[in-house]
Amino acid sequence: MVDFGYGLLASSRINLDLFDKGKFDSLAAEEPDVRKCIACGSCTAVCTAGKFTPTSLRAAIEELQNGRDEVAMNMLKGCQLCGKCTMVCPRGINTRHLILSIAKIYSKKK
Amino acid sequence: MRNNVLIIGGGPAGLEAGANLQRLGYNVLLVEHSNTLGGHLGKWDRLFPGGTPASAALDKLLGSMDGVKCFTDTEIQSINRLGKSYNVILSNGITVLADAVLVATGFDLFQAEKKEEYGYGIYDHVITNADLELYFKTGLDTRINAPRKIGFVHCVGSRDEKSGCRSCSKVCCATAVKQACEMKAAFPDAQIYCFYMDLRMFGRHYEDMYLEAQRDYGIRFIRGRVAEVSENIDGSLSVKAEDTVSSKPLKVSLDLLVLMAGMRPSVSGQRIGSLLGMQNEKDGYFEVLSEITAQQRSSIPGIFLAGAATGPKTIPDTLADARGAATQIDKYLSDIFPKAKDLKQLIKTAW
Repeated sequence: MVDFGYGLLASSRINLDLFDKGKFDSLAAEEPDVRKCIACGSCTAVCTAGKFTPTSLRAAIEELQNGRDEVAMNMLKGCQLCGKCTMVCPRGINTRHLILSIAKIYSKKK
Repeated sequence: MRNNVLIIGGGPAGLEAGANLQRLGYNVLLVEHSNTLGGHLGKWDRLFPGGTPASAALDKLLGSMDGVKCFTDTEIQSINRLGKSYNVILSNGITVLADAVLVATGFDLFQAEKKEEYGYGIYDHVITNADLELYFKTGLDTRINAPRKIGFVHCVGSRDEKSGCRSCSKVCCATAVKQACEMKAAFPDAQIYCFYMDLRMFGRHYEDMYLEAQRDYGIRFIRGRVAEVSENIDGSLSVKAEDTVSSKPLKVSLDLLVLMAGMRPSVSGQRIGSLLGMQNEKDGYFEVLSEITAQQRSSIPGIFLAGAATGPKTIPDTLADARGAATQIDKYLSDIFPKAKDLKQLIKTAW
């Protein structure tokens, strides 16, 4: 193989074929409200961690559905479980509890 | 004898239905609990999408009311079925035997102070869409003081289960875009932001209005719900939201924040509903017999509905609904009181 001096970057395109439906369904079984998110961003706007770290529940839910579980988990690891997001969610989602459930189901640490 | 029709509510729906029923030959009595006819339309300055003056629209409605007997400052005291008709006692002591009743009790604006995090009634420069319309009408509002940075918050008391208002109020998106353009025209140096979740530009010409807001008025649309507002020492406001398009929390200082208060079922309408034993749906608005084919009929014979009493509507939607109710009432009365209809026809041809 000739070395052209550059390599290939991994594709950043969202591939919905990678979406793990079984995993998301088990999350939804435990937290049916996860399907109620309208991506308004209220949770992220008030997030105490979000100002300094890429913490966003709104984006994490999206990423889980895009089959990017690891990206989603990285977006939640700064969460301090303060529960401010639960107070502002217009759909009344218990976001704090949802984050714990996501961690339980998607965490690779056992 | 001409059939009596009672209309409860003197807003656009009641006025339009009243004028049409009078024209169809009925004896129309309209009851309004406040001291003026016109409802919310009377408090509005201009209407989207074309900027029609609300007063011109209202004058047109009032101008076709010839012969309709209107009682303002009047409440319904009791209403009871009597044979095929309804025996209605009004607070002014008058008793009416109505052969059909049209409930056009409209809506109340969401009380923005309920969303405490936006600070309406607490901070000095937070107003509602209704306050802004009043300002456009009168030019008076001490909270509006040459603002250079203005924000509009969509969906206040709409699509918000926290405040018990799940439904979309339908008209606020277009109202916000209209008002944002009007503010830019009034304060050309101002930078204007609209915080939205979805822009529902469903009507004819609405999309053009949105395009103009972006292109000609330079309104910045930010896709994110305002989650927190606080007041700075100088009276300006710190507003926080997420710019969900760029996935970043966002903060902006503003001189004026306009809350787009949504529509709620009217409290006085709910009282009428309980007098009649009428059903509400979960969203609090009255249930209709069929949402597709019988929108203006309740499940109670002889009781009809029009306008925002059955959910948020624009003014033209309301007027069309009211005309529909008038033809439905005409059909009902002709079927149930056939002789009266014949007499009506006779009078028409004989005179």
